[in-house]
Amino acid sequence: MNNPDYIKNAAGRMVPVMVNGKPQVEFKGVNKYRPDGNKYAPPIPSSNNYPSDGDKRVPSLKEALKKSGLKNGMCISTHHHFRNGDLLANQIFDVAHELGVKDLVWFPSASFPCHEYLIKYLEDGTIHHIEGSMNGPLGRFTSEGKMKGLGVLRSHGGRYQAVQDGDIHIDIAVIGAGSADPFGNANGLSGPSASGLLGFAFADSQYADRVIVATDNMVDFPCIPWQIHGNYVDFTVEMDRIGDPEQIISGTTRITRSPDRLFLAELTARFCEEAGIIKDGFSFQSGAGGTSLAVGEYFRKIMREKQIKARFARGGSNTYLVSMLEEGLVEFILDGQTFDLEGVRSMRENPSHVWTSPFTSYNHHSKGNFAGMVDVVILGATEIDLDFNANVVTHSDGYLLHGVGGWQNCLFSKTVILPVPLFRDRIPVIREKVTTLCGPGEMIDVVVTERGIAINPLRKDLLDKVKGSGLPLTSIEELWKEAEKICGKPESLEHGDKPVAVVKWVDGTLLDTVWEVK
Amino acid sequence: MGKTGSAGNHGGRIRSDCFVQIEIKNSGGVVLDLQSRVDALYGKSIRKLVLIMMGNFGIPNAEILIRDSGALEFVLAARIEAAVKKLGKSYIVSDLPGDPAEFPVSDRGRFRFTRLYLPGNSPGMMLNAGVHKPDGIILDLEDSVALAVKDDARILVRNALRIVDFYGAERMVRINQLPGGLADLDVIIPQKPDLILIPKVEDPEEIKAVDEKILEISPDSTVFLMPILESAMGIERAFEIASASPNNVAMAIGLEDYSADMGVQRTEAGAESLYARSRMVNACKASGIQAIDSVYSDVDNETGLRATVKKSKAMGFEGMGCIHPRQIPVIQEEFTPTSDEIERAKAIVLAFEEAEQRGQAVVSLGSKMIDPPVVKRAQRTIDLAIQMHVVSENWRTKNE
Repeated sequence: MNNPDYIKNAAGRMVPVMVNGKPQVEFKGVNKYRPDGNKYAPPIPSSNNYPSDGDKRVPSLKEALKKSGLKNGMCISTHHHFRNGDLLANQIFDVAHELGVKDLVWFPSASFPCHEYLIKYLEDGTIHHIEGSMNGPLGRFTSEGKMKGLGVLRSHGGRYQAVQDGDIHIDIAVIGAGSADPFGNANGLSGPSASGLLGFAFADSQYADRVIVATDNMVDFPCIPWQIHGNYVDFTVEMDRIGDPEQIISGTTRITRSPDRLFLAELTARFCEEAGIIKDGFSFQSGAGGTSLAVGEYFRKIMREKQIKARFARGGSNTYLVSMLEEGLVEFILDGQTFDLEGVRSMRENPSHVWTSPFTSYNHHSKGNFAGMVDVVILGATEIDLDFNANVVTHSDGYLLHGVGGWQNCLFSKTVILPVPLFRDRIPVIREKVTTLCGPGEMIDVVVTERGIAINPLRKDLLDKVKGSGLPLTSIEELWKEAEKICGKPESLEHGDKPVAVVKWVDGTLLDTVWEVK
Repeated sequence: MGKTGSAGNHGGRIRSDCFVQIEIKNSGGVVLDLQSRVDALYGKSIRKLVLIMMGNFGIPNAEILIRDSGALEFVLAARIEAAVKKLGKSYIVSDLPGDPAEFPVSDRGRFRFTRLYLPGNSPGMMLNAGVHKPDGIILDLEDSVALAVKDDARILVRNALRIVDFYGAERMVRINQLPGGLADLDVIIPQKPDLILIPKVEDPEEIKAVDEKILEISPDSTVFLMPILESAMGIERAFEIASASPNNVAMAIGLEDYSADMGVQRTEAGAESLYARSRMVNACKASGIQAIDSVYSDVDNETGLRATVKKSKAMGFEGMGCIHPRQIPVIQEEFTPTSDEIERAKAIVLAFEEAEQRGQAVVSLGSKMIDPPVVKRAQRTIDLAIQMHVVSENWRTKNE
């Protein structure tokens, strides 16, 4: 392709030079890009403009949006603390539609199936494009080239970075909070829509021009602890409902019963044991998917047997992790997202269950972050290729599947392990080349499949540690061959010429392009 | 409307399978309506497969509908063939996928502690079965397959035997109860299975009939047999059945059917089947074959399973059926010799070898006399431990 609109980045991927009218920097390589200049800053506010009694309440969300100056082309941010139970984002765009506002940019920290509702606003021009994640029906809509602008996919850390660096300017942030006071202090610890923490909204509260806090549990000042400082907040709104408690609890937080996945999880835990990763004072992060949860349970077994204590566990908290904390197997939970009510309760009651944000855990443009301190992280992937590159955002048929989440940020951990099945219903997971590049292979250390474990040759130290352990070691090439032997050689995917979204790396550079599905 | 035949499954939680419907037409060629989860990756190859198969079957004109949820090619081929079969048209099978000769052949004396049952008409469960490392896998054509889909299962199992790698597990097929089960052999035996399970055996003549049928289909190959006793009559004739064929390598007991035949409830304690199990073990030992216990049906109850295996092992059983992969490691572990057993066995074998070197006929260990069968059993314990990687092959020189 010799098109001046695109440039080949350091990963060999063609990426656009402009995205939604803004110039871009292409991916330069891991830890290669060093930005200069200063951070972005919002306008200086003055207490003169706010009620001196601290009561910033307005009667409705519509009123708050109007007072915030909602108009064409603005960027509106929301957050996914309520996951599939979010009732707020849809209402915001109902208001925008009612007011006849057009061409908005929606900047959620993640989207969920409940946001399928917004397709009509993407169709009628209320929303111009989404910068966040495009899952399920929204992913399908985007992949088929129906969204007006280009989607922008960022990691949780990358979202903080983009806001902080001014890559994206938030006009209005709407923060849904389990509890808040009229001044705007807020947390997610109690109330009918308790979600644990509000870390994903932290950047928005600091940098947005206007900040609205919406709650269905307005308490008298002070609402403590203030996960969100009222001093950043313009308006507060009391609403009947902001979240559906049943849907706020994530459906994925149950340990898998699938024998194949349990097998994979056990093998992963065994690998960590043999590699000497599970030792006193170690730290780990494991996702909320069924397999990852099962890995945690196998960790528990090993830690109990060998009387090992972890210094901290990072990541989404849930019943299982909380019980490890309470059993004394883990000293601290550094929680980035609370997946169930046990997690919420523990965070409320236990000072060792600490809430974190993408700023503390993941932001690449800061004076370090927590991600690199974690000894081992267990993540998923839809595809992994012969260079250990991995994909988490698209299906092998090119359709957008889900967002990046904290996945890219976690790659900075000391050991990155991806337990994946060799194939899923005839779709090979180990591919010659990933459809979309989300994680550079040099950062991915171990791929565990039910048919063998491949260690990245860059990690000779790990190879040496598990040599002779009886673990089923193989190479990524062998796994690839085995996958193609079982599934057949996949036909090469032909995508359209039009980009529908871009994937950003943690430093804001363009890692890859998602193309229209033919 | 022309003649219509269909096979396979689609929708709901079905994965790795497909539904195929074929309607014969008088003209218009082969028209395919394909909806597949993997269209982007395998659509062309699926379309090609359909055209080749219709060519082979001599069907020039048909409307074909395929609803595919990620079926592998051998599954697609099996479903297409099963749909054709239902058209009532005779056909010749050619170009079967895979080659069963690629898989290692089994041997008579290998351990059969764990054998995983796989319903013969459920392709999804077959693909990863070998990953869980059972000693054997049983592709079942009998109780787990509904009457209406016996043909479909037979075709699917045939294809699976040719192509699915079970990673060294012994490849077993449970045929239907005789005499119907003899027809299964026509399709199965050419795929070189290692072992045939014959259900609900009550008469040694049934074993002989299977032997003869196999000989007729494939005169050169050895196929092992494992009769299953599932009735009072079967138990009464246990020894005759166990010794009915030199190809018998093991015999199993099926307690669900046995309990029903006795008119009693199957219990956790198993008092109602104690006689049957004892008698069966005895018959097996008398015939020099392995005795295999019934399956444990409460998949979630690991404690109950463990207790049952302990009892089985103590009674002389040498294996159990598994209905879920999670049961495999538990059964495997329980049949693995314990460290006490291994240490005692090592001491016995060493004492025997030492005595032999010194030309002594009588061996003793401590205050106990050691007879040749004791040595034989000790040697077997060690062989077992070596095979299960709990003892090194060089255990005599290596200090473990």
